[in-house]
Amino acid sequence: MKLDNWLRNNTYHHSAFEDLGKLVEEKKRQNLKISLCIPTLNEGKTIGKEVVLFRSELMVRFPLLDEIAIIDSGSVDNTLEVAKSFGADTYLASDILPNLDHKKGKGENLWKAIYQLSGDIIVYIDADIKNIHPRFVYGLLAPLIYNSKVKYVKAFYDRPLAFSEGIRPSGGGRVTEILIRPLFSLFFPELSAIIQPLSGEYAVRREVLEKLSFPIGYGVETAHLLDVYREYGLEAFAQTDLDQRVHRNQETISLGKMSFGILQTFLHRLKVYGMMTDIPELSTVLRQFRAHDEVFESIEQEIIEEERPPMITISEYKERRGIK
Amino acid sequence: MKEKISDILNSIPDMEKRMVQIRNILLTNLVMIGEIPSPTFMEQTRMNFLINRFNQYNLLNCSTDEAGNGLGILPGRSGDRNILLVSHLDTEYNEKMNQSISIQPNSVSGPGIADNALGLAVLVSLPHILETLEIELNSNLILMGSAKSLGAGNLEGIRFFLKNTNMDISTGLSIEGVRLGRISRSAIGMAKCEVHYWVPEGYDWTQFGAFGSIVTLNEFINRILEIPIPTRPATSIVFSSIESGRGFSKVSTEAELKFEIQSESEEMVEHLLKQINNIAIEIAAKTSSRVMVKEVARRKPGGIEFSHPLVSTAIEILKTMDVRPRFTPSMSELSAFIDAGIPALTIGISNLGNVDKSVETVEIEPMYKGLTQLISLLIAIDKGYCNEIR
Repeated sequence: MKLDNWLRNNTYHHSAFEDLGKLVEEKKRQNLKISLCIPTLNEGKTIGKEVVLFRSELMVRFPLLDEIAIIDSGSVDNTLEVAKSFGADTYLASDILPNLDHKKGKGENLWKAIYQLSGDIIVYIDADIKNIHPRFVYGLLAPLIYNSKVKYVKAFYDRPLAFSEGIRPSGGGRVTEILIRPLFSLFFPELSAIIQPLSGEYAVRREVLEKLSFPIGYGVETAHLLDVYREYGLEAFAQTDLDQRVHRNQETISLGKMSFGILQTFLHRLKVYGMMTDIPELSTVLRQFRAHDEVFESIEQEIIEEERPPMITISEYKERRGIK
Repeated sequence: MKEKISDILNSIPDMEKRMVQIRNILLTNLVMIGEIPSPTFMEQTRMNFLINRFNQYNLLNCSTDEAGNGLGILPGRSGDRNILLVSHLDTEYNEKMNQSISIQPNSVSGPGIADNALGLAVLVSLPHILETLEIELNSNLILMGSAKSLGAGNLEGIRFFLKNTNMDISTGLSIEGVRLGRISRSAIGMAKCEVHYWVPEGYDWTQFGAFGSIVTLNEFINRILEIPIPTRPATSIVFSSIESGRGFSKVSTEAELKFEIQSESEEMVEHLLKQINNIAIEIAAKTSSRVMVKEVARRKPGGIEFSHPLVSTAIEILKTMDVRPRFTPSMSELSAFIDAGIPALTIGISNLGNVDKSVETVEIEPMYKGLTQLISLLIAIDKGYCNEIR
């Protein structure tokens, strides 16, 4: 029942927030500062459009965003040049907190954004969205601006091409439906109400972000949901339907790697929460197979889900934010 | 003329520099408009976007009309003149096509970018451009995204507006995405046609060497090519598209040809149309096929004189920016202005890039000149420098 109430009250459609003038007014009234972080790795083809749209619509016409930052993992294409030419602040993740050991992964960029950016709210948007639109940002920010109880807003995408009846299946991608939702249903049933737990688009209050550990690889989104849920409960979440997201489709073999990383994060959390104490030491090697004519060959790949500690424990961060 | 507009010409270099400030807003409008599918007769979503934008800029009378045009009025100080700026809302791409647009530092690419998302983006950005440049005109600017323009739309949107408006339009400007330097002051006569052949039912397809509709259509095309085409008045027949067949081993049962007759003379268009119609019927009779010849659009020739001050002012503005004027006849919205007796030009905003010919690409840098040309021309019209001297 609680789950149904939450679905009813905390699930939005972006069109409810189209009045950007009103949203900006409320942001100003609360004296909020908002940062947009776009983590990148070789996104030269799509980054220009994202920066142009967000900058002109959400900084110039409606000053909802205070900064747009690209945090890059070391692109070898022109990602940073393109982003900079259209007015984004650009950073190499390795240049942020350079005294820490070097790690490479999307989660690393997201984590370092907490240090580098100044917003009270940070909204994260992936760089490979082909049908980018300002709704991707304001749809995620509005529940945080209008409802002080909401701390974490997740995107989902639900635009069926054709359905003749009122009821239709609604859900996430393959990894979500085969791995995440069954796991949530087993261990954290309320979290199964989050329609697309793995979507890379979300907005979070700094006070929450700085207390979260960040897996630097595939598990970052799952870890966030588990940790925020454990600390604040389902009421801290909201989700917004952004209609449709056109992006690159991944091959099944890549989704296998993703699932392997996510499982590591999930099982690690079960252990830390004391929900499953007898978990043996887990292998970090994923074995997949391919065939050459009649011969099958195993491919082994090491996937280690390293984690960054909560940013609030990093001395440089405390110094920068004046935290004692 | 040059002395009269010298104040405008002198301000061009500075204005061009300042246009860089407009870039992100213009590109944003270009992407947001360009990614809305808008085939002819299905322009409503684009039209809604336009009106929404016009409302945000506090234009007056933001509305649509029976023809599906999107309209807004930017009121002038005195409002004693009405200038109509128009760009067509429709594209040649169907609604299912991926209309994703990509932006690079020097160019923008995507289907329909040049024809005519860029023209519409300029139209929508115009209030912001004038505000940024702190330009306030005396004339009212009527901004219009015209519906049902291309192909079988046959300029229905703008024709409807010009026929039914009670506003006195002094000048018309049709804004097209490409290409910079284009000045269209006249329209040539044109008839757009479709010819459809069907082979008869009961045809003996088992017969070895049976002909199908492709051969019939081929015969029709050959006969058209035998028609002597005059050089004066300049005339041509353009074969635009052909469709037939379902694959190997199947004799085609239907075939369709789209073509245009273009001529400086309306009589010549009429004459050729009759001749082609007769050929179509004759071939159908010979091959026992069924044929339908359908005229989908028609334009009358006409336009303003080369010596008209609107033309000479546009030329001077381009020359000041070192852009070579290119004079091409138009078959777009200009024809409707001509039919309504309103002095008008079609101008282009940027150049086509040629990085990848499978997708339209427009260059960003020339847009600054294209915008400067438009604003300078508007100022000249507003000041009465483009009035015809009688």
